[in-house]
Amino acid sequence: MRIYLRILMVVAALSLGTLFLLPMWKIYLEAPQYPEGLELHIWIDKLGGSSDHVLQNFNILNHYIGMEAIHPESFAELKYMPYIVIFFMVTGVIVGLLGRRNLVLYWVILLAIAGAAGIADFYWWLYKFGTNLDPTAPIKVPGMTYIPPLLGHKALLNFNALSLPAWGSIGIFLAIVIGGLVYLLSKRKINST
Amino acid sequence: MKVLNRNLKKIAPRIGVLFTLMAGAVLQGCGGGEGGQKSDVVDSEASAAVYVPPGQHDEYYSFLSGGFNGQVSVYGLPSGRLLKVIPVFSQFAENGYGYNEETKPMLMTSHGFVPWDDLHHPKLSRTDGTADGKFLYVNGNNTPRVAKVDLTTFETVEIMEIPNSAGNHCSPYPTNNNEYILAGTRFSVPLDLEKGGMGDASLEEYEDKFRGSISFIKTNEEDGHMELDFQVLVPGFDYDLANGGKGPSEDWVFFTTYNTERARTLKELGASQNDRDYLAAINWKLAAKYAAEGKAHEMPANYYHNTMDHGSHQAKSNVIKKVRYLLPEECPGMMYLIPAPKSPHGIDVDPTGEYMVVNGKLASSLPVFSFSKMQKAIENKDFDGEVNGIPVFKYESVLYGEVKEPGLGPLHTEFDNKGNGYSTMFVSSEVVKWNVKDLKVLDRIPVYYSPGHLMIPGGDTKEPNGKYLVVMNKITKDRYLPTGPELVHAAQLIDISGDKMRLLLDFPTLAEPHYAQAIEADKVAPNSVKFFKLGENTHPDAVKKESDVSVTRNGKTVKINMTSIRSHFTPDNIEGVQVGDTVLFHVTNLEQDWDVPHGFAVMGANNSETLIMPGATQSLRWVPKQPGIYPFYCTDFCSALHQEMQGYVRVSPRGSNPAIKFSTGEKRPVPPAQASANIK
Repeated sequence: MRIYLRILMVVAALSLGTLFLLPMWKIYLEAPQYPEGLELHIWIDKLGGSSDHVLQNFNILNHYIGMEAIHPESFAELKYMPYIVIFFMVTGVIVGLLGRRNLVLYWVILLAIAGAAGIADFYWWLYKFGTNLDPTAPIKVPGMTYIPPLLGHKALLNFNALSLPAWGSIGIFLAIVIGGLVYLLSKRKINST
Repeated sequence: MKVLNRNLKKIAPRIGVLFTLMAGAVLQGCGGGEGGQKSDVVDSEASAAVYVPPGQHDEYYSFLSGGFNGQVSVYGLPSGRLLKVIPVFSQFAENGYGYNEETKPMLMTSHGFVPWDDLHHPKLSRTDGTADGKFLYVNGNNTPRVAKVDLTTFETVEIMEIPNSAGNHCSPYPTNNNEYILAGTRFSVPLDLEKGGMGDASLEEYEDKFRGSISFIKTNEEDGHMELDFQVLVPGFDYDLANGGKGPSEDWVFFTTYNTERARTLKELGASQNDRDYLAAINWKLAAKYAAEGKAHEMPANYYHNTMDHGSHQAKSNVIKKVRYLLPEECPGMMYLIPAPKSPHGIDVDPTGEYMVVNGKLASSLPVFSFSKMQKAIENKDFDGEVNGIPVFKYESVLYGEVKEPGLGPLHTEFDNKGNGYSTMFVSSEVVKWNVKDLKVLDRIPVYYSPGHLMIPGGDTKEPNGKYLVVMNKITKDRYLPTGPELVHAAQLIDISGDKMRLLLDFPTLAEPHYAQAIEADKVAPNSVKFFKLGENTHPDAVKKESDVSVTRNGKTVKINMTSIRSHFTPDNIEGVQVGDTVLFHVTNLEQDWDVPHGFAVMGANNSETLIMPGATQSLRWVPKQPGIYPFYCTDFCSALHQEMQGYVRVSPRGSNPAIKFSTGEKRPVPPAQASANIK
């Protein structure tokens, strides 16, 4: 494999580092009495928001409809996801150094599967929180569930919820695209030599 | 009939002005006002000039003193909308200030707990001669005190009692970089320099034994609290108002005095006999130097200094036992007296620092003194005797000129940024605009009625803003719908940007504003605190998690450390309290969001509710007198389930020995049938 492709592969691996610098997903809540909005930020290893106390404020609002309180400790994912990302970064660099074309492919496929699994897991949590409601909740709307949107917006009572990937996720996108590119370009090189 | 009534109402203000004019004429025997001739019709563009659309913010914060309500009212300008009432010297049942355990020490004095005062003069803290938007200083007139309001929280955070003073009217005046806040006494009293504090003397000994004091309070804004550095013991006059120099006169502060006759009774006559009283000029820098160089004496004292702790929001009182003082006769060059028209009220130094205007409320002209002439007079020793060793200038040697026939009853002057002064005329009910250089009257506008002070944003500093003027009127009469014998006082907003003054707006004010300050909103708004961080709450009885709440008995005291959050208290069922116990509810508001205070009130409490800001802890003392079930509840509508935010305390007869029990909520399985029955 050409040296520049190896470098590109290392770049692909390292681009996953954005997951540690920026949140990967954001859920925005808007309501008349929240002119400043409420933002829940999902990081690779923590939950955050537009203010330090956004989770508490989410939970206060959610307890009226009987939604379980959201605590970072409830998500084992936040503990092991960073290791998975580090695994992909380390193996990606190694693949780049080794310069083996099939390994690049395996790496990209594995990463894509991991990414998809992450999104599926995310949806599973949204579904769980949105439907597993306390029967003694003060506010009960027959037939109403509160599954926040995975992508895009949805009206939930007085709130308009908007869910979008955030800049942290661009690392996964870049890693898959660059990794895929490395795989394709290296094929052409082999053919031409 | 109705039409007639309306017509009568329309002309009534004019008749009122005429009557005041007539009264003024009788009092003065000379005219001078043409105020009554001006129409009170407001031009059609005025409403647009003060219209702040819904959801938009005002351009200025203004802080109007409340006078006898002991509070500060915050209004937005130009809309005149009331934004907040800040309790300072008075208990405030609305939020528990002065009633709850945390704030009670704020109102402690050497006379004990004093839950009221007469708040006259707000002054914004200064950096480089202009308002910096950090703090607001105010005076308590009746039981001498100076207080500090923090403009990040709009809360009173410090109150210092002033010893050797009786009526802290001439206060608080900051120097241009807040080096000192000056506070002069209105009433002179006999001082016991040996034993400290007020001495005893017969009232007949007024002339010989009574002295005034001017306090020099260090602000220490960067690293701490106010501190009474020293006092200057001055002749036994009444000290009325003060104003600091600027530019060339920066080292000086000027004080108006009256009763230089030293009368002790029927002062309305006794204090009006001399044709001239004095404007006292004190070189504060030199005074500070003398104090630092050992010219100061020390005397015993007994005064309170109350401070609010940042982290715990608990006030603490500290009693200070001594005070240093300077005697002017021992400090040459520190203090001079300028003869001024009798019984002056306002003293106002123009933005250049060269001209000092004395508003002699009984005088027919407005004298303007010159700082540079005063400097020359000091050099040439151009004196006309002395009082208590303090040199008195010759009137003419320091006079720049007089504004002739300004109107009747000049009380107070402020300045714009175009070289003009604006003076209130109490008797002829008008504001008069005049040029500081040539002393010519340029314009006059009637106000309704009998104005006391006026305020131009920055108009007391070296950088006035020449857009608005707020005049605070003492008499309201027919300006609003009648409300029985007691009426609100009124303020009026006047556009001063053009050649002619233009009335824009009337707005009612609380109690009696004596003076005001205003500042550009963007110097204050960005620093406004939204809530207190629970993690930084250091209150000893704070509870930061619902699982940590407690109810504990210690003898006859029951301490309930509890929490509030939308929409419940923890605990909300409390048993084990007996009749005659002292119950202390320490309530921590666990919210960490903007605009979610929770209130707390319990039936039969002899104090008030208390309003707890997010992240803070406040404590209410309660002594139940009869057995029974006592509800408590949240008083500030916090959420859709606010009305459900309540609980019960069971009070048992004394000696019945019930166990302490407390809880919130019960985990019980809900039968499915019932659960579905609840769905509605």
